[in-house]
Parts: sequence; structure tokens; C-alpha cells
Amino acid sequence: MIEFKNVSLTYPNGHQGLKNVNLKLNDGEFIVVVGLSGAGKSTLIRSINQLVKPTEGELIIDGENTLNFKEKQLRQLRTKIGMIFQNYNLVKRTSVLKNVLSGRLGHTGTIRSLLGLYPQEDVKLALESLDRVGIVEKAYIRADQLSGGQQQRVSIARALTQKPKVILADEPVASLDPPTSHIVMKDLKKINREDNITTLVNLHFIDMAMEYADRIIGMRAGEVVFDGPASSVTEKTFEEIYGRKIKEDDVLGGDEK
Amino acid sequence: MQPVTKPQKNNNGRIPIIPRQTKTRMTIIVLVVVLLYAIAAFFTKAYPNRIITGFPHVIDFVKDDLFPPNWSYYKTVSTRLLETWNMALLSTTLATLFCLPFAFLMASNINTNKYVYSIVRFGMNVLRTIPELILALILVAVVGLGPLSGVGALFLFSLGILAKLLSESIESIDKGPLEAIRASGGNVFQVIRYGAMPQILPHFTSYSLYVLEINVRASVVLGFVGAGGIGQILRQQLNLFRFDNVATIIIMTFIAVTIIDMISTRIRERLV
Repeated sequence: MIEFKNVSLTYPNGHQGLKNVNLKLNDGEFIVVVGLSGAGKSTLIRSINQLVKPTEGELIIDGENTLNFKEKQLRQLRTKIGMIFQNYNLVKRTSVLKNVLSGRLGHTGTIRSLLGLYPQEDVKLALESLDRVGIVEKAYIRADQLSGGQQQRVSIARALTQKPKVILADEPVASLDPPTSHIVMKDLKKINREDNITTLVNLHFIDMAMEYADRIIGMRAGEVVFDGPASSVTEKTFEEIYGRKIKEDDVLGGDEK
Repeated sequence: MQPVTKPQKNNNGRIPIIPRQTKTRMTIIVLVVVLLYAIAAFFTKAYPNRIITGFPHVIDFVKDDLFPPNWSYYKTVSTRLLETWNMALLSTTLATLFCLPFAFLMASNINTNKYVYSIVRFGMNVLRTIPELILALILVAVVGLGPLSGVGALFLFSLGILAKLLSESIESIDKGPLEAIRASGGNVFQVIRYGAMPQILPHFTSYSLYVLEINVRASVVLGFVGAGGIGQILRQQLNLFRFDNVATIIIMTFIAVTIIDMISTRIRERLV
């Protein structure tokens, strides 16, 4: 379980990313965080693995306040949290398999990893992960040869190879077209169900949020302004979160269903 | 600073594309630069007529002294050219290996410790300001005459250049993959090996070949101060006024350097 207790985050330039956030995220939930850009969605997600570090409050994961963690403990924590980025963040010049294997780095000794000596079971695990997102045949292809949707699935496979307890996805479909977006979201949802991985996804399309989420968290100006099950959410709720009327481009559409 | 004013019509009734203030300043800068060139030419007595009057001497030197070359001298030249090549190759290889840790310490996106960053950067800057000729002189004094001092001098010299060039490539790489490896719990060495290295590899190879080219040419000069290689016999033969041998040395060096440059440039073109 992940618990935010009065968490605030002020960036060095004085901008307040998070304002007094209190949340409890239960194991195995599929949570979608919505809000306009600049509302603090990314900051919320990134503070869980401390790519940005909250300046106040407590962030408790499995009973420990992670904000007190030293470098080594933090790396230990990060090995259990997979992350998916808007721009995939793959090393474009290397093969898909090597990119997926890099998810094992946190579990591999430094010397061993520097020599590129991944254990055979890690290679098997990487291929299994690729198989689960349906692109195992691309294993030896360079990452930059793949389409955007395929690259995003490689990055999901990389996260899976970590055997994570939590997956954070920061705008995973913002650079993809509608049909591909749905494929990626379905992969995330499937993994969430099969492996019981707590999943947090940032989105700004309201129809996608309602379709895939168990629970929706709404943010505005660094504050949590809505938190409830997806079934209780209507367009009205989104208008309250966004602080304006719903527009056409807040909806993605295009599901093949 | 650009003046912050709304574009306005000037006296001719036209709206200028470049504001008048900027124009005046540019004119002054150009005039000052031209003046500096004139002063430099005057003090170094670099007058064009000196080149014109001196030109016949050059032709005489080539025609009477260098021609015909003594081709039977080629054996000595080949051995020394090989030595020059070996010096360049050895020093460049050592430098490419040793520059890596320095380059990463000099890249602000990898090394976040400000003090270490500044110290390494300063040290490398100092190293780069020392000309390789001075380095060679110092090393000749330390380890004695011969190619070893040349190798040492070229090694230190190329270490400085390579670390600098490479650190700049590292600073310009895509930070996404670094973030991804950090986020999955990788330590700084793993971030370098799996996030940064694949991205800089083509640059790294290209710079190494470029430095090899520089070192081949530099090692010719180094022989003049006794640091081995082709330069050493060039000076020796010049002192003996054996211009026929000098001609052989010049021609063969020219051919060798051109071939090495050509091959290296070809390979580099394919890399990036």
C-alpha cells in the first residue's frame, strides 16, 4: 500500500507542484490520474519513485516513510516500481531485447551488468515480457525501427521485467494515435489484473479514464480535487476537476471495441 | 541586449529591419576588428611584398636542393614512419581508454557533484593549454630521448582533447533513457553503461579516429625535440644539409599521412 500523508512539493523555482496531498492507494488498484497539463499529475506519479522529491510530509510505501530513504534504499525501492514514459525513453540505438533487459539492472550486480553478463533466466524473463505485449519476434531489432505503439510496448515489457509491485505510467498514450492508445491501455490493464500490480496512469482523455480505471483521482493546481471509483464519475465530475466545460479534445474516441 | 521598442519609421519613412542602435554597434565592432588585424599585420611585418620577393627562393630550394630525391634512403624512412605510426596508435588507444572516466566526470548530466565536476574540468583545461611540444620536451627530460617520450606527450595531449569532446557529446544526449534506468533502480555505472554509452558510441569512435589523425601529424613534429619518429631523422638530415634525403622523407610522409587521413575520414563518415 502507498500512502501520501500531507505531502507537498515545492520546486526550486518556487512553483508548488503538490499541495498537501493525502491519498491511500491500495494494492492491485488501477488508478487513473486526470487533470489539465500543469495540474500536478506528473509530479504526483514521479514523487512515488522520487524522480522528484516531495519537500514536506510523509510518503509511506509498505509501512516505511520513503522520503527518509538513503541512496541505496531508494534504488532498492525503485527496483519494485516500473515506470512508463510518454516518450518511451528507450535507447534507440540498441536492440529491443537489450532495452527490455535493462529493466533487470537494479537486480544485477554492477560488475556483472557492466560486462553485459545477464543471467540466462533474466533473458528468458525479458522474452516472456515481450511475449506478453505481443512483440517477441522483434527482440533483436533496433528500437528505433519500431513504430511508436511498439516502442511503448517495449517499455511496458521493460517495466514488467523488473517484476514490479507498482507500475507508474506518465502520459503513456499522449504520443500515440487512438487505436494504438487503446492497445497500450489494454496491455496495462491486463497486466494489472493478471499480476495484481498496482497501476497509476496519467491521462487527460476523459473517456479513456472512465473506460479503464477502477478509481479516478482528479487534480487541479497541485491539489487532489476528486477521488472516487470510476463508476461514480460523470462528465459533471470532470467539469469540476478541470474547472471548465468539457471540450471535444478532452475525448479521445476511436476504440475498436 | 536588444532594444525593446516598437519598430518605428526612420527619417526616410522606412521601417528598418535591424534597429538603428544595433546597426551602429555592429559597425563599431567591425571597425575595431579590422583595426586589430591592421595592427597585427604591421607589428609582425606581414607585408604581401615580402612573400612575392621571397618566392623565387622557394622555387630555387625545391629545384636545386630537394630535387632529385635520394630514393635509396627509403628503407630508413619506412622504419621511422612505422615508428611514427606506432607512436600515434599507441598513444591514441591509451587516451581513448583513459578519457572515459574523465569525460563522464566532466558531464554535468552524469556527475551532479559540483565540486568534482569543476575540479576535473579545470584540470583538463590546464592539460589542454600545454602544447604537445612542451609536453614532449618535459618527457624527454624525464624518460630520455626516443619514442617513449613522444608516446607520453601525445597520450596526455589527446586525453585532454578527447575528454573535452566526449563530455560535450555526453551533455547533449537524450536524457530519457538515463531517467528510465534510474527509475528502475540502476546505479550511476549502469546508467552510464546502458543509458549513455550506446548513445555516444558513434561519436566516441569518430573522435578517437580524428585524434589518431591529429596524432600522426603531431608525432612528425615531436621528433624535432628528440621524441622519436620521422621528425627525428628529418631534423638530423636537415642539419647535415642532405636535402636529397629530406626530399624522400617529405614525399613519403606526405603520402603516408594522406592515406591515413583518407581511410580515417572514410570510416568516420559512415559512423555518425
